[in-house]
Amino acid sequence: MQNMTSASLQRQQQHQSQDTSHAKTILNDNSLTIAEKLISIKNVETKSVSMPGDIVIVSVDLAMAQDSTGPLAIRSFTEMGINKLYDPSKVLLVIDHTFPAADEKVANLHAMMRDFVSKHNCLLVEGSISHQYILEYLAVPGMMILGADSHTCQAGCLSAFATGIGSTETAAVWATGQLWLKVPDTIKINLSGIFGKGVFARDLILDYIGKVGEDGANYKALEWKFSNENIRKEFTMDSRACISNASMECGAKISVFPNDEVTTKYLEENARTNNDLKSIKIQAGASAKYEDEFEIECNKIEPKVSGPDNIDNVHSVEELSNMEIDQAFIGSSTNGRIEDLEIAARILKGRKVHKNTRCIVTPASVKVYEDAIKRGYVETYLQSGAVFTNATCGACVGTHLGALGENEICLSSSSRNFVGRMGALSSKVYLASPATVTASAIEGKIADPRKYF
Amino acid sequence: MTNINIIKGKAWVFGDNINTDIIIPFRFKSRTNDPYELAKYAMYGYDPDFHKKISKNDIIIAGRNFGGGSSREQAPVALKYAGISAIIAESFARIFYRNAFTIGLPAFEIPEIKGKVDQKEELKIDVTTYTVENTRTKETFLARKVPEFMQKMLLEGGLVEYYNKYKKFPWIQR
Ligand code: SF4
Repeated sequence: MQNMTSASLQRQQQHQSQDTSHAKTILNDNSLTIAEKLISIKNVETKSVSMPGDIVIVSVDLAMAQDSTGPLAIRSFTEMGINKLYDPSKVLLVIDHTFPAADEKVANLHAMMRDFVSKHNCLLVEGSISHQYILEYLAVPGMMILGADSHTCQAGCLSAFATGIGSTETAAVWATGQLWLKVPDTIKINLSGIFGKGVFARDLILDYIGKVGEDGANYKALEWKFSNENIRKEFTMDSRACISNASMECGAKISVFPNDEVTTKYLEENARTNNDLKSIKIQAGASAKYEDEFEIECNKIEPKVSGPDNIDNVHSVEELSNMEIDQAFIGSSTNGRIEDLEIAARILKGRKVHKNTRCIVTPASVKVYEDAIKRGYVETYLQSGAVFTNATCGACVGTHLGALGENEICLSSSSRNFVGRMGALSSKVYLASPATVTASAIEGKIADPRKYF
Repeated sequence: MTNINIIKGKAWVFGDNINTDIIIPFRFKSRTNDPYELAKYAMYGYDPDFHKKISKNDIIIAGRNFGGGSSREQAPVALKYAGISAIIAESFARIFYRNAFTIGLPAFEIPEIKGKVDQKEELKIDVTTYTVENTRTKETFLARKVPEFMQKMLLEGGLVEYYNKYKKFPWIQR
C-alpha cells in the first residue's frame, strides 16, 4: 500500500466502487435466485448477470484443503512449478481427518502440510473439522469458498457460495485466486410447520434425500425458504449447517439459506477473524426462476434411518427398530455441533450405554469440545459409559477412533453409509439424527428417540 | 505422454451409484501421495483384487451417478494408474466428473449406453469426436460434449500437463 502512487490508488478506489455498485445491482435484481446472485457478484470476467448453464470464472475468497486432499494439492502445485500463493490469507489448510496422526504414513503427510504452510505463510488449522472451523470463524454471507472436500457446501448455511472441488483444481486456485464454475439451476424448498419432539433437521434432510435420490440435486443449487418467522427461528445455525452439509448427499453443488436474523445473531456472537470481508444481505428475488420447487411440512416428518450402503435407502425408525448395533457414533461435520452434543447429553444423563454397544462422541471442533466441557456434557458421557474423543473426522471415515470390524453394525450421525466407509467391507453403517443414535446406544438396538423427550 | 485420442479396451460393467468410497476407501487413499500405491486399491469396495484382474486400457461402463460422494481426486487417479483408460457412465457426480478431466482420464456421459454393453465386450473410443463404438454390435454412441477448454486439457493429459506446456490455466482464454 505504501508504495502505491496516487494514480493507481485512485484507479483501485474507482474499481472498488464499480464493484460495489455492480454487486448492489445484482443483489437488488428481482429475477435472480440466491445462487445466481452469489455467483454473479464473484464473476471476474463480465460485470453482467450469470444465468444457469453459463460458465464463469469466479474470484475465490477462501480456498481450503484438508489432510487427505491437501498433500495431493501441494504435489500438483509443486509439479506446476508455482511458488507463490495468490493471497496467503485466503489459503487454508486443515488437519482434521486423521488428527492427531494415527500412524507414520499420515504423520508424514501432515508434516508435508506444515512445511507448505510455513513456507507460504498461509492459514493452518489443526484439530477442528474444516467446515465447522470455517463456520465458526471465517465464512460471511456472499463469500466464495472452494474447498477440496465435498462437504465444503456446509457454508451455504451462512449464505456463502461454497462448494467442493478436487485437489489439483484447488492448487490452481491457490495460484490464481480464480476458477471456472458452471452456474447451477436452483431447486427451491419451502419449509413450513414445526418439528415434533425428538425430530430434527437431520431427519428432514434424510427424508428429502430418500425422496429425490442420491443424485436428485446433482449439479443443482438447493435454496431453503421459511414460510414464516417462527420456523425461521426454529432453524438455528447448527441445524442449517447440518442441512447444508448433508445436501451433498443428493449431489447439490451448493445448499443455501437466506441471510436473516438468525444469521445476524450468529455473526454477532461468533466474531470473524478475517474481518476485511464485508457481509452482504442476500435474499432470493421475488420473481426468480426455479427448476423445481418442493414443500416440506416439518410437523409431518418422523425420525428417519438411512442405510445400509446408500443414503437414499431411507426408512422410518420403526422399520429398523430392534436391529442390534455394535457401535453408536455421534459426531462428524454433519452432526457433531454443540446442539447435537447437547441432545446426546440430555438423553444419556442418568442412563447407561448398553453393554453390547460402544458409544463414541466426537465434537466437530475445538470450540465445540470446549463448550461440551463447560456445559458438563463430557462428565455425563463418561458416567454413562460413552467415549469422548478429540475433534476429528475419525470414525466418519473409518481412519481411527471408531473403525468397524467384520460384519459390525454402526448407527451414526455422520455423513455417509457407503460400503466399507467406517471399516471392514462387510460392516454396515446406518445414519440417523444424534437423538436416534443416542437412544439406540442406550437400548443396544435401533430405537425411536421420541420417548426420551 | 501417451496418446489418448483413440482408446480400445474391454468393458467392466457396473450399476448405479458407484461412489468414491467404493472406488477407493479413505484409509488407503489418505496415507499416500503415490499414484501407483493408490492404484492397488482401485475399486476395492467392489473387489479388493480388481487391480490384479484388469488389463491395461480396460474401460469402465457404469450407470447413474458414477463417483458420488467425496471430492477425492485419488478416485480417478487410482483408476487411471490401475490401467483404466476411460469411464463411460449414464451420468457422473459433479466433483468426480471435474476431477477425471483434471487428471486426464476421459469421462464420457452417455445415458443411452444402459444395457448396450456386456461384460468384457470391446469398445473403441475416439476422444476427439466424443464417439464410442461397441466393436461387436457396431453400435455407436455420442457422448455429451464438454466446454472446449476441458477437452483440450483432457487431451493434454490433465491440468498439470496443460499448465506445464502453456504456462497458463485452460479456462483463462487471454
Ligand atoms: S466429518 Fe466426515 S463428512 Fe465431515 S469433513 Fe470429516 S470426513 Fe467429511
